[in-house]
This record gives sequence, C-alpha cells and structure tokens, in this order.
Amino acid sequence: MYHYTDFDADFLTERNAQFRAQVERRIDGSLTEDEFKPLRLMNGLYLQLHAYMLRVAIPYGTLNSRQMDQLAMIAEKWDKGYGHFTTRQNIQYNWPELRDVPDMLDALAAVNMHAIQTSGNTIRNVTADHFAGAAADEVADPRPVAELIRQWSTDHPEFQFLPRKFKVAVTGAQADRAVIKAHDIGLRIVERDGVIGYEVIVGGGLGRTPMIGKVLYDFVAEEDLLPTLEAIVSVYNLLGRRDNKYKARIKITVHENGIEDIRARVDARYALIRPQFTGVDQQMLARIKADFAAPQFRRADDATYRAAYQNDPLFRSWADTNLAAHRVEGYAIVSISLKAHGKTPGDASARQMRLMAALAKRYGHDELRISHEQNVILPHVHKSDLPSVFAALRAEGLGTANIGLISDIIACPGMDYCALATARSIPIAQEIATRFDELKLEHEVGPLKIKISGCINACGHHHVGHIGILGLDRAGVENYQITLGGDGTEDATIGTRAGPGFSADEIIPAVERLVLAYLDLRDEPAETFLQTYRRLGMAPFKAALYPEAESKDRADAA
Amino acid sequence: MPKPFTPKVVTANALLEGDVIYMTTSGWTRDLAQAEVLTDEADADLRLIEAQSQPGSIVGAYLADVTVQDGVPHPTHFREDFRATGPSNYAHGKQETVKQERF
Repeated sequence: MYHYTDFDADFLTERNAQFRAQVERRIDGSLTEDEFKPLRLMNGLYLQLHAYMLRVAIPYGTLNSRQMDQLAMIAEKWDKGYGHFTTRQNIQYNWPELRDVPDMLDALAAVNMHAIQTSGNTIRNVTADHFAGAAADEVADPRPVAELIRQWSTDHPEFQFLPRKFKVAVTGAQADRAVIKAHDIGLRIVERDGVIGYEVIVGGGLGRTPMIGKVLYDFVAEEDLLPTLEAIVSVYNLLGRRDNKYKARIKITVHENGIEDIRARVDARYALIRPQFTGVDQQMLARIKADFAAPQFRRADDATYRAAYQNDPLFRSWADTNLAAHRVEGYAIVSISLKAHGKTPGDASARQMRLMAALAKRYGHDELRISHEQNVILPHVHKSDLPSVFAALRAEGLGTANIGLISDIIACPGMDYCALATARSIPIAQEIATRFDELKLEHEVGPLKIKISGCINACGHHHVGHIGILGLDRAGVENYQITLGGDGTEDATIGTRAGPGFSADEIIPAVERLVLAYLDLRDEPAETFLQTYRRLGMAPFKAALYPEAESKDRADAA
Repeated sequence: MPKPFTPKVVTANALLEGDVIYMTTSGWTRDLAQAEVLTDEADADLRLIEAQSQPGSIVGAYLADVTVQDGVPHPTHFREDFRATGPSNYAHGKQETVKQERF
C-alpha cells in the first residue's frame, strides 16, 4: 500500500484549503456558477439531478480498512448512509450539501484520499486489475506503476486542459480484468527475455463511438514508460479536436489520423522530451514498489475450508462462484458481491463498508479492492478463514453467490441520479436480477455479463456486455436497445445492436427470451452465452428477441 | 408557423443543497404543485431572466414544460417527473420528507 510522503500530504492540505475558500466565495456570491463550475469539477464535485455528487478516487481500486472505515463515516455523517462504487473504481456520494464538501475532502485527506481529477478534461483516476498482487496469472503487480502514473498525472501542468477526459488502465496479467482496450491508454505489463516492460495500447473507448484500442508499442522498457506516456498525451493535447466535444477523445484522433501517423508524432515528441527524464521517476518507482511488497502469507491447514465445502451447500455455492485462484497456495481471492438480487448494483451501506473493512483487517492482510464491475474484493484470504468470512458477509446481505452470473450486472446510475442520462438503468438491473432469481436459473445459465448504460456515454460499459442494454429517450418515453456479443476482456469486442429497442415494460421479458433461447441453443452446459453467440451469430438470438417479426417473415415466405 | 406556447414552470437547483426547486410568484418552492405556471411566452422569458439574476441562491434555471390539471402543474417529460419526485431505487430526496415550506 502506498504511503503518503510529507509532500503528498502538504499538497492535499493546500489543495483542500484552496477549494474551501472557493466554496466560501461561491456561497457569499463572489464567484458565479460559471466561474465556480470548473473549480468544483476539478475537485470531483458534480451537480446532478437531485443533489450534488462527490466522486472520490480509489486509485487502482486499492483500499485499506482504515480508508474503508472513513468512507463509511463520510457516508453517515454527510450523506445518506451509503456510497456507490463505480466502473472506474471510484466511490460516489449522491447527496452531499455544498457547505459540507470541504469537510468531506479533509476527512478523505486524513486517510490519504482525494477527489482530484475525478472529473474535467484531465487524466482521470488510474484503474487497474482488481486482482492485482494476488492473481495466479500475473506477470507483475500493476499497482506500483499505476501509483507512479497517478503522481505524474496529478496536477500535471501540461495536462489540466486536455481536449477531453483521459483514462488510463493497467493490468499485469494476460487475462484482462481491467478493460484496458476500452481506455484512452491501456497498459499491459509483459515480460520479454526476463525483462519487464509494457505493451502500450491507445485509442480505445466506449461512448457514442466505441473503439477497441490499438497497439502503439508492443514493448516499452520500464524506464521509458513515463516519457512515452507524456509524449502520447502531449501529442493528443495538440492534435485532439477541440471543435467538437463528440470527436475530442483520443480514440477519434487515432481513428482520423491513423495509428502510424500517431506513432510517428509520438516518436518525435518522445525524442524531444526523453532527456528530461533523468531517472528520478525510476527512483520513485523503486520506493513505491517497496510499499507494495506482498504481505507475509501464512501456511496453515485448510481443513475447515474443506469441511465447510463438503457439508454446507450455501458455502459451496458461494465458494464456487465468488472465489478466484490466488498465486499463493492455501489462499483465495474473495469477490464480495454488491449485487444482491433486487438491490442497486455497486451500492454499499456504511454498515456493510465497516464489515468489509473489519474482515479485511482480521482475515485479509488489511487489503480491499474495488472492481470495475462494482464489487469489492478481499485479495488475500487464507482458505481456512473462508467459512468465517462467508458467515459474516451473509449476515450483512453480502453473501450473494453470483459473481460473473446474470445478476452480477454493471449499471450506471442512469436517470435516477445522473443529469446526462436519457433513461433509468438501476431499476432495469434490479428487475433482471429479481426475475432470474425467481426463475432459479442463473447458475444453470452460467457466465453471462449484462451491462446497462442509461445514455450513449456508456458508463455502464454496455458495448462490452455479452448482453448490453442502452437506455434512450425515444419521443419522451424510456426505450432500451440490446447489443449482443460484446466482450471486455483480452478478446475485446464491441457488441452488435440486435434491432429496435424495447420499452421499460418489454425489456425484462426480452432478456428472458434471449437467455432461454441460449439454453436451447447451446451445445452443452459448458458452452457459455458468449461462445454460443460467437458460434451461431445474431440470427437465432434475434428470432428470440423479435418473435412477431419472425412469425411475420415465415408467413410472408409461405 | 411557430409552435403554440405550452405551459411552463421555472425550475433550477438550490445552490446549497442542490435540491430541485421551482419558482413561485413570491420566491421558490421544492414542490412542483406550488410552482407558478406560466402560460404566456413573454412572461415566461421574463421570469426566467429574473431567476437567472439570483446566482447567489440557485443554479441552472430553465423553463420546463408542464400540463395543468385542476390548476396543478404536472411534468410532461419523464426526466422532469424524476426531478419532481426523486430517485426510484430509494425513497430519498423529495420522497423522504414532504417539504412544503418555501425557502
């Protein structure tokens, strides 16, 4: 875990004092809203439909128990007793009052957290694989370099007014759990002849023009990474379009100019700035790496785990679904589902946050992670402790065994909160989860990712959902379009639109028809929804979605 | 031919709480039912300018369409319906307490 230096702490204190004064000047009328808005956005404060919203960065999704406890305290003291974890490893508070926000930021600073650059046209919170440091398939822990990038990008004077927001994600494994190909820059740690380096992917993104990122360099040495990133963002800063907000992301810059042209420009810029990087960043990286040293793993008998697995069907179901392979024998990675059937995806109450913090402290080497899929991870739990962890989670409504299943839905806040939304997302997610829980089908259906966005900006990642749902406003009525075959992993694919949209009443039955059709169509139970879709294509799924059109076609043909 | 003017209310968010508010004949309310309904275009434009001249207490004033039933304004678009009621996943915001008071 990164430890703040005096420099970090002083920087945050000063920045928070500046914002406190800005809030005071807004309230006493010295600043207009037009003057204040860019200042509040730089500090993560939005004004949404019903209230302000404070978006707090959880850098690379890593928290300790003290930080999680503080997030719970903030939720209770200044919000409505809960927080919403997002697809970019942030937490959002939906109900703060303007006067309280400076105190909230000070409370965050007390545990080395902030809301800087969680909004605005800047480099946003750097995200990472939520299994970082624990995954069995990892080349190296992506968090030290993510922390280096956080420090480099925070308040970077050249990059405070980019053409548009800029998102960076890092993974240390071949399996991509951080959706790196849908980021402005995606980094994958790779090993070549025993040397660690980075594959650098640029120009990915979702939104109204979804693009899969392209490989800019297949291997950048560790000491060349920061100047490479600086060259890329610098080229984008000058070349990116500022005439049209919808064409301002780097994905459009790469698309319009071509990856070869971008590479030539980045190479030229890199040659110019490389001498400025004298190795200080590598000294800092070495210090950061020491902060992320692996915990002292213990060796213990896992008889309690095996006994519970044998004798307790509820525990077995949870263990089969919510555990992932740890790199150390005897340990497991625990995914805690924030997707209890019928509840709001990604929401945790202050009580639940405190429980997760306590479990991390007692059983998990004091580490927690937030996943982009809006769940919480205990990355290092010894198997012998799993029965106790599960029992405690269940008691607080956190024992849902559905990770990676149909009810483990990503949903953006949608029109229940967001000022940009064109339709609601949360109730659709709640109803799908409730329906499939009633049908008792989700374990039979197996791995299936549904992702829901309440507008074209695609915060809910619908383009990379196996089933994606996009909520739109069609002539003053909520309408939901379905895309199929999307994939957010290393095989990243943008889903294909199935056809006309469905009303809020029709969308749940439509998803049900789709999933029942899959159960009929699959070769064998082990063939996943995505595999079946890839094997058969759109046609049979379209027929299930639009039975009336299908029967009309048959009648016409007859 | 220009579209006929449809009834409107002036709406905004309160500066301090961020809550949805509506203009009345004498100030602001958090309850759409108490909002002043504007049926004349020139009058509506004038009221909007008046609202926008209060940046010390409100943010982002605009005119929202309403229909009037039994003298009470109702939202015409679902977005305004959510603004007038609050989120659908929790009984938060305006659903928590019926705040009828002027502010």
